[in-house]
Amino acid sequence: MIRFLLSRLAVLVPTFLGVTLVAFSFIRLLPGDPLELLAGERGISAERKLELQQQMGFDKPLWQQYFDYLGNLLHGDLGTSFASKKPVLDEFLALFPATVELSLCAILIAVLLGVPLGVIAASKRGSVVDQVIMGGALVGYSMPIFWWGLLLIILFSGTLGWTPVSGRISLMFWVEPVTGFMLIDTLLSDEEGAFLSALQHLILPSIVLATIPLAVIARQTRSAMLEVMGEDYVRTARAKGLSPMRVIGVHALRNALIPVVTTIGLQVGVLLAGAILTETIFSWPGIGKWLVDSITRRDYFVVQGALLLIAGIIMLVNLTVDLLYGLINPRIRS
Amino acid sequence: MATATSVKEAASSRAANERSALREFWFYFSQNKGAVVGLALFILLVVVALLAPLLAPHAPDFQYRENFLTPPVWQEGGSSSFLLGTDAVGRDILSRLIYGARYSLFIGCVVVSIALAGGVILGLVAGYCKGWVDALIMRIMDIILAFPSLLLALVLVAVLGPGLLNAMIAIALVFQPHFVRLTRAAVLAEANREYVVAARVAGSGHLRLMVHTILPNCLAPLIVQATLSFSAAILDAAALGFLGMGAQPPTPEWGTMLAEAREFILRAWWVVTLPGVAILITVLAINLFGDGLRDALDPKLKRS
Repeated sequence: MIRFLLSRLAVLVPTFLGVTLVAFSFIRLLPGDPLELLAGERGISAERKLELQQQMGFDKPLWQQYFDYLGNLLHGDLGTSFASKKPVLDEFLALFPATVELSLCAILIAVLLGVPLGVIAASKRGSVVDQVIMGGALVGYSMPIFWWGLLLIILFSGTLGWTPVSGRISLMFWVEPVTGFMLIDTLLSDEEGAFLSALQHLILPSIVLATIPLAVIARQTRSAMLEVMGEDYVRTARAKGLSPMRVIGVHALRNALIPVVTTIGLQVGVLLAGAILTETIFSWPGIGKWLVDSITRRDYFVVQGALLLIAGIIMLVNLTVDLLYGLINPRIRS
Repeated sequence: MATATSVKEAASSRAANERSALREFWFYFSQNKGAVVGLALFILLVVVALLAPLLAPHAPDFQYRENFLTPPVWQEGGSSSFLLGTDAVGRDILSRLIYGARYSLFIGCVVVSIALAGGVILGLVAGYCKGWVDALIMRIMDIILAFPSLLLALVLVAVLGPGLLNAMIAIALVFQPHFVRLTRAAVLAEANREYVVAARVAGSGHLRLMVHTILPNCLAPLIVQATLSFSAAILDAAALGFLGMGAQPPTPEWGTMLAEAREFILRAWWVVTLPGVAILITVLAINLFGDGLRDALDPKLKRS
């Protein structure tokens, strides 16, 4: 197992260095002088520019700038936001729980619906039910989720008036951020109705973000189930006279779930990319919206930091999934 | 004389082989009804895009100043000269959607061509050369894959500057690794087969081995990936347009149209709904077609 971990790390470390290089080059590749870009239309005086250049190390040779950058990273210094003057890491950590909460809800919806739907489709292969489920999955998979979010707003917020349009919670409430997860924080606070408000705000964005993972998981579960159901041990279980429920639920599903778990792990990248769009539509104060706002605001140090952090998180999650997979299935370790 | 006839025979038997392969492909493909529907929709879309100037009732960017936010014809207040209504500055939505088909198909073609060409070359080189060249290429691809595709495309567009062309380049770059990986895997699988060894013994050079001997046998997964990337490119370009980083207004690109329509979301459902329907149908049609293509080309799933 340790050898497996080491072999994964041997690939990951150079990749992560490459990611730092991409993040580092990003600011230097921008057309024009980075400082003048950052200063925007206000412009910048020559002395101030020189001073800033020295302060940020832009006057040093490139390779030295890169090593300084790596050194700062090791100290947890990802630069400072030009707009808020706060460290990028602090801003990220303040907003990250909102994205995690949204993503967790989305993946929960996707798994809780996707796996059963895939199992039902596989066990009724070729039937109308199968065709409806797989047709629905293909629609979900082809969905432009930014538009899907707007549609849901028109229907549930506009026509029916059931859910709010944007934000995490109604402005009527003030909830002390303890965990950063609004659902938990509202339960901890004594504000009446705050939890319900948070839930109402969460539901539409979660559905939107869950759409593509749901479709992918349903398709993957179906094909994994179909593969497993042709195996000898499933035939044996059936021949023993076990009920179809037991054969499908216990013998087949348990083995079919292994590739599905990998698929779920791979959805993290999909979720974070989806969060960019979903958070923008619903004004959800997470890292996706933060990133888009920073790009439009030309707050490039934030973009640089976010790029690195998001890629780092995805690599970490993928490593965890790989290791878990190695634990479940010893065959792939070699 | 004898060699001439045999060459002719070989050519004709090769053509016959190709014909029968095509027939076999169509046999499997046409069993999947969804795939045939997808293909039909896609062909329809291509026709609409090609004939846009003939089909569109109005110019896509002409503003009818008396007709701001006219609802579609079947709704109260609708007008028969604007079948799907008008947008906030009085442009005919149907005409914009028809012209938008051109942009979407163009985006799909350009992105897939760049990603496919680059991916095939890099994948062939990596798989064929092995060693440090392979390691270098694959590590670079790993780095690209470490970012969510939309995020990287967004940042690349920020570097290159917003616009349709830059959005297409960014998306093509982000899609590259999938093609490289597929090509490399296929090349590695084929490189030690007997026919390749035979060609090498017969004196084929590296380039001929790579392009002429190995590549044609790796095409099936690449074709499927190209189809699926086509729809993904349309989706991502629309997403970039929606975020204001893709095609810029007044281009009738569907994602850009959605971005412009956002503020009227609760007042005029048609300006928001219709461009999205166009995106969804296009992407769905191509995905249906791609699924059918995969089933027909993947020998594992053939029921022969």
